[in-house]
Amino acid sequence: MDLDLSAPHSLGTTIIGVTYDGGVVLGADSRTSTGMYVANRASDKITQLTDNVYICRSGSAADSQVISDYVRYFLHQHTIQLGQPSTVKVAANLVRLLSYQNKNMLQMGIIVGGWDKYEGGQIYSVPLGGTILKQPFAIGGSGSSYLYGFFDQAWKEGMSKDEAEKLVVKAVSLAIARDGASGGVVRTVTINADGVTKNFYSGDSLPLWHEELEPHNSLLDILSSSSPEPMST
Amino acid sequence: MARLAADAPTKGGFSFDLCQRNEMLLKKGMHLPTFRKTGTTIVGLVFQDGVILGADTRATEGPIVADKNCEKIHYMAPNIYCCGAGTAADTEAVTDMVSSQLQLHRYATGRESRVVTALTLLKSHLFSYQGHVSAALVLGGVDITGPHLHTVYPHGSTDTLPFATMGSGSLAAMAVFESKFREGLTKEEGIKLVSEAICSGIFNDLGSGSNVDVCVITKGHTEYLRNHQLPNPRTYVSSRGYNFVKGHTEVLSTKITPLKSKVEVAEVDAMEE
Repeated sequence: MDLDLSAPHSLGTTIIGVTYDGGVVLGADSRTSTGMYVANRASDKITQLTDNVYICRSGSAADSQVISDYVRYFLHQHTIQLGQPSTVKVAANLVRLLSYQNKNMLQMGIIVGGWDKYEGGQIYSVPLGGTILKQPFAIGGSGSSYLYGFFDQAWKEGMSKDEAEKLVVKAVSLAIARDGASGGVVRTVTINADGVTKNFYSGDSLPLWHEELEPHNSLLDILSSSSPEPMST
Repeated sequence: MARLAADAPTKGGFSFDLCQRNEMLLKKGMHLPTFRKTGTTIVGLVFQDGVILGADTRATEGPIVADKNCEKIHYMAPNIYCCGAGTAADTEAVTDMVSSQLQLHRYATGRESRVVTALTLLKSHLFSYQGHVSAALVLGGVDITGPHLHTVYPHGSTDTLPFATMGSGSLAAMAVFESKFREGLTKEEGIKLVSEAICSGIFNDLGSGSNVDVCVITKGHTEYLRNHQLPNPRTYVSSRGYNFVKGHTEVLSTKITPLKSKVEVAEVDAMEE
């Protein structure tokens, strides 16, 4: 029963970024834990950097929030100087520079996803340590351990938008089923030439996996209704 | 490109110079002085017209109750209040500091303060101290963009929620909220729910106790209900309270020093501006 409420806030997490034919889909769970206590069961781990670039945050909540604020600020300046929307590559590299140069003090894993007119939809992974990796899909956070095999089998090139989104939701819900530090709802953000679409999948809309039971209303609800007749012999 | 890292706080921030020396002293057997913590249950919720904040009133120094009726709901701006849990000195200092920064900002901009401004000032200060400023806050207010409720953690992360609890009694209070909260509560329902959550912390958490403070913030109007509920009245042996009759205390010695002879009363003109 050791609830360490003074432990730093960490995004236990499952985060995913997937490219499809025409854009990207980013997905994440919504659990923020402080030790063994769930500090926020409905957090939004997919943060906006610009109109066309979003990031998924994992690791220390404070570190990832502050770095995303800095990158948003630098990107905004860059957009003004450039005179047009910045590219996903620049956004990812800014994240990488801050992450690498402060590697001793930061503990966070970021997935950068977005769409620009030059390269289309792109996903960049910036894990602990500050490497940058351009990938067709990326997974991160504690829940990602359970998804490597799944993606090896399920991911394919040239998916449609709906296929990609279904894949992401299925993957996050599988990770939630097995990882204690992931849970809550599934949030997705789809970015393409037409703009940004945000979606929300609540816990009860997700499929049930092995040994998971149907939700039941609490039996205590019976008690709140009128009290039972006293028994008579 | 090295400039990018330098743009992170260059001045101020925590000085880690003495940490090694402190560790060495601890190994040698020196005990760190205990500081006063506000054991605490603090809560906030958003209702139909704004935000309601609540807090208990016990301040502890280790196992001892240092203050039975302290104020944990701090003023930030006329439309923004902040509950603080953690080290009492840290919560007081950080809320006072941000409150004055907000006032200067109001003078400079000529506008009412926004909750996100307070939030950003608090989170950047706490982040630069890497969690050593032990202040866990529930920040709530109503500004031109609407009602807002945020939680701020000692390491500098923040969450935006419709209902929130912090402090050692947060689990007890959260249980009440999770069971009874719904969107669009009226003011009376909101105050009742907040009081219930705080009472849950007061009675089930050892670090929280005494009375319930509530603060209701709506557009253009703030009501600070200090000691809204007093569920722990002092019980006296006799209902008349204590009565110390003359002669109960033994007088050991008496010394009378007439002061009039020591003070020189001089006639002077009255002070003028």
